Amino acid sequence: MTIIINNCKKIVGGSGEGPAMITSQPINFLAMVDPKTGTITDSKHELYGKSIRGAVLVFPYAIGSSVGAYAIYSLREYDTAPNAIVCTKADITTASGCAIANIPVVDLPRDAPAMKNGVVARVEADTGRILQ
Amino acid sequence: MHNGSYSLYRNYSSCLELTREEEEALAGNKGEALTSAYRILVAIGEATGAKKLVPIKWAHVSGVNYNTIGDAGVQFLDKFSRTARVTVKTTVNPMGYDRNHPEGITEKFQEKQKGIAESYERMGVEPSFTCTPYEVFDLPEKGSAVSFAESNAAVFSNSLMGLRTNKESALSALASSVTGKAPLSDLRLEEGRNPKIAIKPDFEFESELDYGLLGYFAGKMIKDSSVAFNIPKPSTVEAKALSAAIGTSGSCGMFTLGEAKETISFGKKEAQAIMDEISTAEDGDIITLGSPQLGMNELELLAKLTEGKKFNRRCMIFCSRSIHNQAAKIGLTGKLEKAGAEFMCDSCTCLTPYVSKEKYDSVVSNSVKGAYYLNNSNKVKVALKDFRTLAKEYTE
Repeated sequence: MTIIINNCKKIVGGSGEGPAMITSQPINFLAMVDPKTGTITDSKHELYGKSIRGAVLVFPYAIGSSVGAYAIYSLREYDTAPNAIVCTKADITTASGCAIANIPVVDLPRDAPAMKNGVVARVEADTGRILQ
Repeated sequence: MHNGSYSLYRNYSSCLELTREEEEALAGNKGEALTSAYRILVAIGEATGAKKLVPIKWAHVSGVNYNTIGDAGVQFLDKFSRTARVTVKTTVNPMGYDRNHPEGITEKFQEKQKGIAESYERMGVEPSFTCTPYEVFDLPEKGSAVSFAESNAAVFSNSLMGLRTNKESALSALASSVTGKAPLSDLRLEEGRNPKIAIKPDFEFESELDYGLLGYFAGKMIKDSSVAFNIPKPSTVEAKALSAAIGTSGSCGMFTLGEAKETISFGKKEAQAIMDEISTAEDGDIITLGSPQLGMNELELLAKLTEGKKFNRRCMIFCSRSIHNQAAKIGLTGKLEKAGAEFMCDSCTCLTPYVSKEKYDSVVSNSVKGAYYLNNSNKVKVALKDFRTLAKEYTE
């Protein structure tokens, strides 16, 4: 793996590795994710049917209910959480849920090159780096 | 179509500075609960680009209904509440059912739900069980920083009551309740409260449902924290429908009335597209009202619309216990019960086990927010109809 993105903004510290699962669509953690399997259950979402468990989940930001923060925490409790999260603009639900669930989160810098979908990536939140 | 992408990327680096006391609490010197709380505040502070934390006057916490937080939430709150205490006025969202109406609610659900309520009460919250705290409590002076997790309450209070809150999460508002602090960022700053984009409807609105559709559209389209609506001042009933729907579909946490640099049009086509998405039935087995919980204005309107008539199917009205007591005093609940309506307190339409797919295939509601969660979480189909239409079609 080589460093492909520098200067990410750390939202929640730590590091995590897994296959990059990339979507351009926001995620509603309460209404769209089954906490027991980590599967996206909204048939209109481009990640429909896929499990976010163990992934480096790349999405713009979360939407929907404020209780989504507990939904993220539940993923940790059911061992279905992603290993790291990369956002274009991490929102309060994602930031707070991941702070309690110990999931590293970074925001991408403005001119970040594209990550490769499905290829293993490593997020190092404390140094703001993504390797792939 | 506007994609709003101009505001999606960061243009700042970390600049959140904590006081020595805050640093110490984060480091664990004041116990595990406060460490967790400051971890959350630092994460949301970084996410929103805050330079510092500021005192708040009021926290309103969501994550009370067992159907939303599940067993993981029950356990988290049980542990957290053993040591954490609220340090500012803290009110809480609805739970899953009305404690005076346990009919049809499983014993397991009741037990888990009671556990959650006890955890919150142990921390010292006011057991308000309402999603409309702005209709129930005296408000602090305009400009006050608060921390509201319930999205309809955040939008309504920012937009119409002059309070200042970001669209907080269940956990971030909880963190603010025990620290008495929140990041100074975004909608807590003057500059965050000036929308760049206005939405202008190009047709006459006929009901509160049109405001709900407008709000849902705005939430989807606007990536900023605030939006302007080029519309006349809405009534309280309309503003509640608007606020709730904005909070449901996106990340926008405030609206203003008037113009902005850029204008997007909201036409009948856009309204119909939302109806096609979330109004998934023609008709319903029951009527369910109250997402957000109904206030005095809505109860008065509904009583007027159903005067001398009777609902021809079950009609559940969700409101806070406080509003119910007020309405009972002036005979308003009696009028609606005479029309066949049932009242449920402490709870609301969204994710309540009263309205489950095992019991009903479809329901009628006037709430865009309610329809979204009934479809996606309760897995029940919804026929969206405004107050006037449903009072006309479903009474005799």
